[in-house]
This record gives sequence, structure tokens and C-alpha cells, in this order.
Amino acid sequence: MKIRLEVIKDVREICQKHKDEPSPLIVILEEVQEKYGYVPVELQEVISEETGVPAAEIYGVVTFYSFFSLTPKGKYIIHVCLGTACYVKNAQAVLDKICAVLGIQPGQTTEDGLFTIEAVRCMGACALATAVSVNGKVFPRVETKDVDKILNEFRNQEAK
Amino acid sequence: MEKITSPEVLDQKISECTEKLNAKITGKGGKRAVLVCGGTGCLANNSKEIIAKLEELIKEKGLSDRISVNHVGCFGFCSQGPFVKIYPEDTLYRAVKVSDVERIVEDDLINGNIVEDLLYVDPQTHEKVARMDDINFYKKQKRIALHGCSVINPDLLEEALGFDGFKALRKVLTEMTPQQVIDEIIESGLRGRGGGGFPTGRKWQFAANVKSDKKYVVCNGDEGDPGAFMDRSILEANPFEVIEGMMIAGYAYGADEGYFYVRAEYPIAVERLLHAIDAMEKAGLLGDNILGTGFNFRCHLRLGAGAFVCGEETALLNSIEGKRGMPRPRPPFPAVKGLWGKPTCVNNVETLAQVGYIIRVGAKEYAKVGTAGSKGTKVFALGGKINNVGLVEVPMGTTLRSLIYDIGGGIPGNKKFKAIQTGGPSGGCLTEKDLDTEIDFDTLVARGSMMGSGGAIVMDEDNCMVDVARFYMDFICDESCGKCSPCRIGTKRIYELLTEIVEGRGTMQTLEELKDLAKITKNNSLCALGQTAANPISSTMANFYDEYLAHIQDKKCPAHVCKSLSKYYIDPEKCKKCSACARACPVNCIKGVPGKEPYVIDQSKCIKCGTCMATCKFGSISHE
Repeated sequence: MKIRLEVIKDVREICQKHKDEPSPLIVILEEVQEKYGYVPVELQEVISEETGVPAAEIYGVVTFYSFFSLTPKGKYIIHVCLGTACYVKNAQAVLDKICAVLGIQPGQTTEDGLFTIEAVRCMGACALATAVSVNGKVFPRVETKDVDKILNEFRNQEAK
Repeated sequence: MEKITSPEVLDQKISECTEKLNAKITGKGGKRAVLVCGGTGCLANNSKEIIAKLEELIKEKGLSDRISVNHVGCFGFCSQGPFVKIYPEDTLYRAVKVSDVERIVEDDLINGNIVEDLLYVDPQTHEKVARMDDINFYKKQKRIALHGCSVINPDLLEEALGFDGFKALRKVLTEMTPQQVIDEIIESGLRGRGGGGFPTGRKWQFAANVKSDKKYVVCNGDEGDPGAFMDRSILEANPFEVIEGMMIAGYAYGADEGYFYVRAEYPIAVERLLHAIDAMEKAGLLGDNILGTGFNFRCHLRLGAGAFVCGEETALLNSIEGKRGMPRPRPPFPAVKGLWGKPTCVNNVETLAQVGYIIRVGAKEYAKVGTAGSKGTKVFALGGKINNVGLVEVPMGTTLRSLIYDIGGGIPGNKKFKAIQTGGPSGGCLTEKDLDTEIDFDTLVARGSMMGSGGAIVMDEDNCMVDVARFYMDFICDESCGKCSPCRIGTKRIYELLTEIVEGRGTMQTLEELKDLAKITKNNSLCALGQTAANPISSTMANFYDEYLAHIQDKKCPAHVCKSLSKYYIDPEKCKKCSACARACPVNCIKGVPGKEPYVIDQSKCIKCGTCMATCKFGSISHE
């Protein structure tokens, strides 16, 4: 994958900004993930050059934590809460329904790059079980019958 | 705020701020204050828009100088949110919608009439309750860690100072030696609220006994237990209280730097914590020579990156150091060799939130609450099949029955209580026979579960316990860091065996293997994650052996949850031949002739999604 030069320059700047903090690797990775949506191997190599941490170690860290992604995510990231409180209120069925409608599995992105589904562990909105969020907007007490309505809300936004 | 440079300046600030906050609560000078819940749960239910609307209308009516609007931390009663509270009357409105705001402003704030239909209705007596303290949910609670929740604005240092903030810090810095602080905490009987229940004072003593040029305090806010949100709510409602606890720990054993480790999934808690640290730095309450006493302390924040195992203290330290969050063998314990090799105590958010209170009221007073072995209070996140979902803080020794029925309001829909899971994926389930157990660290362990961090998920007759056990094992498999094989392979194998059972392929041999594996994983894993991983299996097997047998011998799931073992049928007598089910079926496996022939499900194609049953308006579809 070809990474644009200005992205590389920006990542170098992020590394420089944190260079005086003790063990800043995860802080840097979080900032890159937040800004670009993923941390590809090419950028990991840049971070390695800047911080002196071996690229293999950085790869180890990136693949260990669920927050980091090696591939780009969709425009709308759907989180279905599979915390215990949601699970006992049938969250699995909601997740299955969303997967069936979009034709992808949790962790995957639709071909048009619009939606990514992620099963997450407890958003802490247990009173709203089953909780589903799309790009941070929380939909409370979701049932399988609500799935189409939620997805259409974002499809319509795109159509505009 | 001007710099607070000495104990005297602090005293003066505290008395000013206290007077101001009291004036707000008692409505001095004819002023009124509107408080809106700004916790994650209510924010997801539009409380931000409610605040904006309130501010807009109050401004429009020219009432801005008489009525203030503030967000506050979690009210705890999340299932009834969003909440709007009005001082000085102390009126509490629940389940408020943006469209209700106009009536609140018009009827209550302007004309002084309570908006009756927004009050809480007691489900037993059907009476409307106007004041928060009169609601049953709150009556049996005692708030120590949740001090300031639903009262103070978590973004204002002034409000924290007006609500007992930093009195304890002043006391330890000016009146107590570090050893006296440790002795006080030991005497109070405070035990770690993260789950382990290790005596906090003793941990501090270990770190105090080590000579080192540098020591750290770490606050564990990596609340990974699914269904638990105690730490998040405390950090969102009163971050100052937790920072104060951390500083007192630092003074007690000679640390001058503190790290908060908070889940990245908690953006609001993170934002408020950063804001609090900044406000304290500006006021001189963090930094060098605090209150002119020569005590230095600085605070930093690190975000978790989504790994449950980082709640384990040594894994957490590795994560702060920028490494994979894998546990380290103990000993050496962190109190001796912790963050960057320096003595470090890792304390839970809720533990640190109790420290200030203990110093303020004294160890003896604190120890009056609780049981012989567990003092003080515990915060629980009640969730699952329970009416009053929310955050509750009860004295240790409260019974599970009281927690579930008096405070939690019982099970919705008149369903039968089946089990309550405490301790999350590391804990166990407790059943009807355990309901009169007095909750404390030791009784719950004796009953086959554990306190854990405070997640308490209630399950009813519609939940399949084998499926729940499998759910927890799926979680643990995902989150096992992979360092030691008993956990990495053991949990995976347990998950596979449970899958065999829920899919109807299990035999009695499977059960025997499960028991063996549970034992092996427990005895040989490196850290608590693996050592406790099999707890949900052992406890569901002990309490619900008949359900396991039903899956294995009868190939049936009594709760109709396990898909492979359930079948959907259309009763030809009851079928109205309307074709609604056939149209809803995602795999087109229902056939019939509209208006002529009843519909039939092709069992070989059915994916058991239940859509047909939910669609049928005539109750013609059933499952077994």
C-alpha cells in the first residue's frame, strides 16, 4: 500500500510531539489510529524509525489491542454491545440481524466502504440494553425489528 | 481560580465554596438551580439536548439571573433517566424528553407547579414521589464512593471544594505523618474494590517499606467486566475525589507521580478527568510544594486500548510502559517493583474514592459500616433482567435479596428469578438459595462466586445457563493474552466443549472433560484471568446441572435459547394463512398458499432466527 507523503510527515510529527514522555508508543499509536482510522505496517515502520522501538515489537502491540486496526474501516462504524447486560437481552440476535442485512461478519467492512460492524464489550449503557452505536451515536433498546430503520438512517444520509 | 498556596487559603476557599453550594441547594436569595444528569447513559438519551433547550428557554424568558442550569454526575437510576432535579424544592423529574422541557420551565420554574406526570411512580403503591430521597431505590443506599454524584458539576473545582473536597488532603498534609495515614487506612479495614479485596493499607505499607528514589501511584480505571460501570460513573461524577485519594496514597508511601489508566471506551470520563487535572494544576493543588507543605505530586492519564487482561495489575503496568498487556509473574509484587521497575501501588477507582471519606470521618467511624471482614460500602452496577437498572451503593452486609428486590425492584414481566452473576467473567452465579447471603468479600467466595468489581447481572427463566457460561468463555478466549498455555489452550478447549453441548453434540464424557479442564486451567494459569476463567462453568454446573443434562441427554434447551436444539413450528389449526411469516423469513424456508393452505417451516433450511415467531400476530408459531 502506498502511503501519502504528508501522512508520513504527520505521523513523524506525532512521534516527535510525544518523544519526551516515558514509553509513549501506545499514546502515539492511539493518536494515529484516531486520526487515520488504522495503523498499517507502513506507518508502523515510520513510528519505529522515529521512536527506536523495533517494528516487530510495534506490530506485536498493534495486534494485541483491539483498539488498533491494520485495515481501514468503513465510514460508519456500527458497535453492537455484547456486554453481559445486553447479551441476556438478546444482543446476539441484533448482531446476527445486522450481519445478515449487510452480508458481512463482525470486524468486516462492506464492499462499498460504508459500514463496519464491530461487536464490543460493554459500553456501560446497560440501562439502554441492547445498545447499538453508530459513529458514537447511541441507539437505545434496539430489537431486531429496529435494525433496518437504523441502517436506513445512514444510507439516506449518503443518498442526500 | 487564584492559586491555593497554603492551608489557610484552602480553608478560606473551602468555606466560600461551601457557602455558595449550600446557597444553590437551599435556594438562598430566591434563586433556583436545575441539575441534569450528564452520565453516559443519560447523555445517550438526549440529556445534552435537554440542557441546551433549558438554557435556551430560560434565556428567552429572561430568567438567566435567577435560574442556573448545570450537568451533574450519574443519578444511578439509569433505567428511569434522563433526570432533571430542581433545587431548592428537590423535585426530581425522570424519563424527561426534550419535548417536556417547555412544561418544566413554564409550569415549574415560572409558576411553581410540579409537573406531575414526570414524577417517579412507585410500582407498589402507585403513588407519585417528588423527592429523590423518598424513592425506594435510594432509601437503602449509603453513598461514600458516589459522594457528589447527582449534586456537583464535575467540571467545576469550586463545587468539589464546596462538597468536602480536599479537606482530607489538607488534614494529611498538615496534621498527619505518612505512617499515621497508612495506619488509619489499615484500621479502617478498607479492601481493594477492584475485585481481589486485598487490604489497601497493607499494600501501601509494602510500598512504604521499600527505599527508592521514585515511586508511583496507579489508578486502575480499566473497567473491563462487561455490564459494570461503577468506575466510569465515579470518574464522570467526581474526578476530584479520586485524584485526592491518589494524592493521599502518594503522601502515605512517598510517591510523587500518579498515572490514571482508563478505558478508551469512556470518552466522557476521560474528558472530565483531564479537565479536573488541569483545573487542579492551575489552582496549585497539583504540582510542586502543594499548599506550601513541600509535598509534590503530578498526575498523568493513559488510555487503555481495548484489552480486558489489562485490568490485571501487572498487565496494566506493561501497557502503561507501551508494551503488550501481558501479566508479569509475581513476586516481585508491584509494591516492590512496579512501573518502570519502581515501587507502585495499583488501586482501583472506587478504592481511591473511599480514601478521602475515611480520612475525613476517621477509621473508627468508617469501620462501623459493614461486616466483620469487609468494611464500608460497595457500588454495584445492577443490570440484566431487573426493573431498576442502575448504579447502587450499599453497605457491606446488605443481602442479595434486598439488592435485587428492595433496591432493584425485582424482575420485569413477573418472570421468575433464576440467577445473579457477580464478579463478571471471573465470578459465578448465585441462585435463590443464596439470596439471604449478606454480601461481603468472603461470603461471596464461600458461595462459589466473588465480589469482583461490582457488576451484578440478573438472569431470569428465559436465560439458558449453559449458554451464559459459553458466553463468558467466549469472552475469556478472546481476551486471554496467550502468554501461558493453561489459559490460552484451556479456555479455548472449554469453549469448544461448551459449544458441543449447546449444539446437541455433547455426551456425559464431555461433562467429565469440562470438569477436568476447569480444574487444570484454574490451578496452572499465570494470572487471575486464567485462574478464575472456569468459575462461571463450575458455578453453573454446581447450580444448574439439570440444564446441562437436558442439553446432553434430552437434546433440549429448557430456556429455548440454544438455536441448534430448538425447533419452530406453525400450528396448522391456528395458522391464518396470511403469509406474513413467509415474507419475513430471511431464508425463504416457509411455504404455503395464501388464504388456502397453512404454512409449514422446512426444518432442514430453518436458521432458527425467530423472525417468523416475532412476526406472527396470531400466536400460531411456537418453539421447543
